Amino acid sequence: MALDDQKSTLKFVGTRPERPDGLDKVTGRARFGADTTAPGMLFGAIVRSPHAHARIVKIDVSKAEAMEEVKAVVTRADFVNDLEYTPGGADEFWNVMENVMAGDTALYDGHAIAAVAATSALAARDAVKAIEVEYEVLPHVTDVDKAMASDAPVIREGAADHSVPDGLHPNVVRYHESGHGDVEAGFAEADLVIEDHFTTEATHQGYIEPHACLASLGMDGKGELWCCTQGHWYVQKYCAALLGIDTSQLRVTASEIGGGFGGKTTVFIEPVALALSRKANRPVKLVMNRSEVFRATGPTASASMDIKIGMKKDGTITAAEGTFRLQGGAFPGAPCEFTAMCAFAPYALTNVRQVGYDVITNRPKQAAYRAPGSPMAAFAVESVIDELCNQLGLDPVDVRLKNASREGTKASYGPRFDRIGLVETLEAAKAHPHYSAPLEKGQGRGISCGFWFNHGGETSVSLALSEDGTAQISVGTPDIGGSRSSMALMAAEVLGIAYENIRVTIADTATLGYNDVSHGSRVTYASGLATIKAAEDAVQKLCKRAAQKWGIPEDAVKWEDGHAVPSGPNAGDFDPLPLREITATMGSTGGPISGHFEATPEGAGVSFATHIVDSEVDPETGKTAVTRYTVIQDAGKAVHPTYVEGQFQGGAAQGIGWALNEEYIYGDDGRLQNAVFLDYRIPVASDLPMIDTVIVEVPNPGHPFGVRGVGETSICPPLAAIANAVSAAAGVRMRSLPMSPPKILDALDQADG
Amino acid sequence: MSKIHVATKINGDTVEYLCDPRETLLDVLRDRLNLTGAKEGCGTGDCGACSVTLDGRLVCSCLVLGAEADGKEVATVEGIADGDELHPLQKKFIEYAALQCGVCTPGILVAAKSLLEKNPEPTEEETRYWLAGNLCRCTGYDKIIRAVLDTAAEMREAS
Repeated sequence: MALDDQKSTLKFVGTRPERPDGLDKVTGRARFGADTTAPGMLFGAIVRSPHAHARIVKIDVSKAEAMEEVKAVVTRADFVNDLEYTPGGADEFWNVMENVMAGDTALYDGHAIAAVAATSALAARDAVKAIEVEYEVLPHVTDVDKAMASDAPVIREGAADHSVPDGLHPNVVRYHESGHGDVEAGFAEADLVIEDHFTTEATHQGYIEPHACLASLGMDGKGELWCCTQGHWYVQKYCAALLGIDTSQLRVTASEIGGGFGGKTTVFIEPVALALSRKANRPVKLVMNRSEVFRATGPTASASMDIKIGMKKDGTITAAEGTFRLQGGAFPGAPCEFTAMCAFAPYALTNVRQVGYDVITNRPKQAAYRAPGSPMAAFAVESVIDELCNQLGLDPVDVRLKNASREGTKASYGPRFDRIGLVETLEAAKAHPHYSAPLEKGQGRGISCGFWFNHGGETSVSLALSEDGTAQISVGTPDIGGSRSSMALMAAEVLGIAYENIRVTIADTATLGYNDVSHGSRVTYASGLATIKAAEDAVQKLCKRAAQKWGIPEDAVKWEDGHAVPSGPNAGDFDPLPLREITATMGSTGGPISGHFEATPEGAGVSFATHIVDSEVDPETGKTAVTRYTVIQDAGKAVHPTYVEGQFQGGAAQGIGWALNEEYIYGDDGRLQNAVFLDYRIPVASDLPMIDTVIVEVPNPGHPFGVRGVGETSICPPLAAIANAVSAAAGVRMRSLPMSPPKILDALDQADG
Repeated sequence: MSKIHVATKINGDTVEYLCDPRETLLDVLRDRLNLTGAKEGCGTGDCGACSVTLDGRLVCSCLVLGAEADGKEVATVEGIADGDELHPLQKKFIEYAALQCGVCTPGILVAAKSLLEKNPEPTEEETRYWLAGNLCRCTGYDKIIRAVLDTAAEMREAS
């Protein structure tokens, strides 16, 4: 799609109307995953492994089954047993099955072993305690570097795919290598080369709503499932595969979703609830508690990284090299290739090489978390760039501008960039009052850039016009943060009717074609593009009806501001025909008017951001505080600027948690030690300052209005920007996240010698 | 285990129920009375998504037993609006986009209303500390704090 096709004047897109689901959400009326019931409903609960790694010798369910309130008990035997296994991530059905319900081995603390359905939640909890599991405890490993060492226990023999070079530990299951140029020659040209090692801990997506579902499945293989998910077609496909039923026989409805951030892009309890329902022949509600959420869902991967960058005195980067080792729990899938590919993407480099390792450990199967893999890469790379700037006495924004990727740059991961907005974010950072504001004593300032690919994905949208001239749109991407608004704005723009006259519904799997998950920052881009195309389809039909009425050729009618009008003086002299007049008679002029679009849009348009952070450190306690924060990001075109700001702020806040507080803490026994919000501390209101935002708009050539996804890029720069600010404030380079008070104090002690 | 009979008032309505001694007020509200506005985010009093008031005092309903509501008055998010008139906080939350997913919103509205009843002119810092028991993972709190402060200003002008 050529850029000059893009509409230059927009009437609705870019305005800030109230969201259509606002009333439901401020009155308690909105129904989330756990907010529904069914007649005859049972309550489910899950038995989980207390061991990090153990062979399951025997599961005795007899006492539970003997309880009057218990109506079903399921184990792995109640799911399909013929899923194919091949190494690596290729057979995700097998991996998901094994994660949803353990086979012969418990692979992490919290791994599901069995499940019950009973007449009340309390009875289900009692029944869980009555199930006796005999384990043979096996050696375990939870740390990525230890899992790669020669003496590490092997978690699954033969799990490595063909990408892994010979000689590596069997726990290394996938390998990625990319880049271009000659890094050794590049380092030789540099005036200063810095090589350093960085680590980040696993963090949880931390959505406030635990996973919840209500399942009903009969012996006839027909089922209904209500659940909070980022993608109900994915749920449909995976549940059908794991239960051995036809995909189309399972209708899945997405509830309102109480946060996801990537963590609700897969299934955990949904197949279990369906299996329980099939066995009990009654609907089953299954809701996780917070401890289950921490122990058995999410989190992101943890990382161990080596970065080497060479720079000339004038700030030119001559070469960059990175090694990224990620553990993603007991299954393949840690996003090592994304980490590697994103690491140096902001910079136009002649010589660059990146290597990624996907390593399995005895931890829960990692799930996507907002720009999966990118934030940790940025932390390591942008810390080294910061240190190079410090040692060479260069301005960190100028150095980034000097090396910045632009349109036409060959990206570190291969392709050439189309039109991108990194330079614009850096220039906005340089001009922002925050960047030149004086710092108080004890404070430090850090900046960082960040990059994310963004995604298109399979998308279907259907739009139907009503007789009264209003429109209803069915989209298939759950609304995580206001997307109903942006869909209605984009449809209003094309149809030329009021925003308020459009209703957007998240359709269930039985009423719309396949839709990929709400992930990859794809909703406003891909569902938005599909909404625009569906609206254009409807407009074409509206024009046809007008042409029929006027007795002129179809191509002699065009659509303007909600009206069919003759396309020029030669087309004839007719008064503009408003949409509602065409729809009022549509039953007798050819039938209902609808628009459709089904495709896999490919032009998502990559996205960059630059963040500026001020921080202060208390040298006595090691406590850090973020005192000022500015997010500058390219949105392409902000459809609803208030919600774009919200995405910027939310990503920054999650990044602050990741940088300063949040981490999975495992004991020597391999058990998660902080599986409650009190001990896994996400940022609270009193931890944060206001978060300023600047929306940069460099249009994405791949979208009719220039939209780029904005959800994920906002979490890419914070780890590094905060680390750079804290390092400046503390006077010592911080190389390990989170920068919790004990780590700050250790670093200060070591610096003192 | 025999059930306990409880007589209480919820959002001004007289309500009676039987509950297990182990059931929390949150369990009762959600599973027995179909008042699902209060959410369970943690069950340990850390997230505030289940915030209600009990005789006017802000509590986490997951930390209160259902039996403890006997003879007391409970107020939940469902009772904040007055008929078809939204509370100023509810209007401002929509106007400011002070919610993204909306699952923490009921608890935050209950807590913010409680703050403004005690302190009609809170500072930003007071507001942040009052709401520190209500976790939000989507917004970074910025728009929430602004919405509460602007509501407070508007309510002061109106009174």
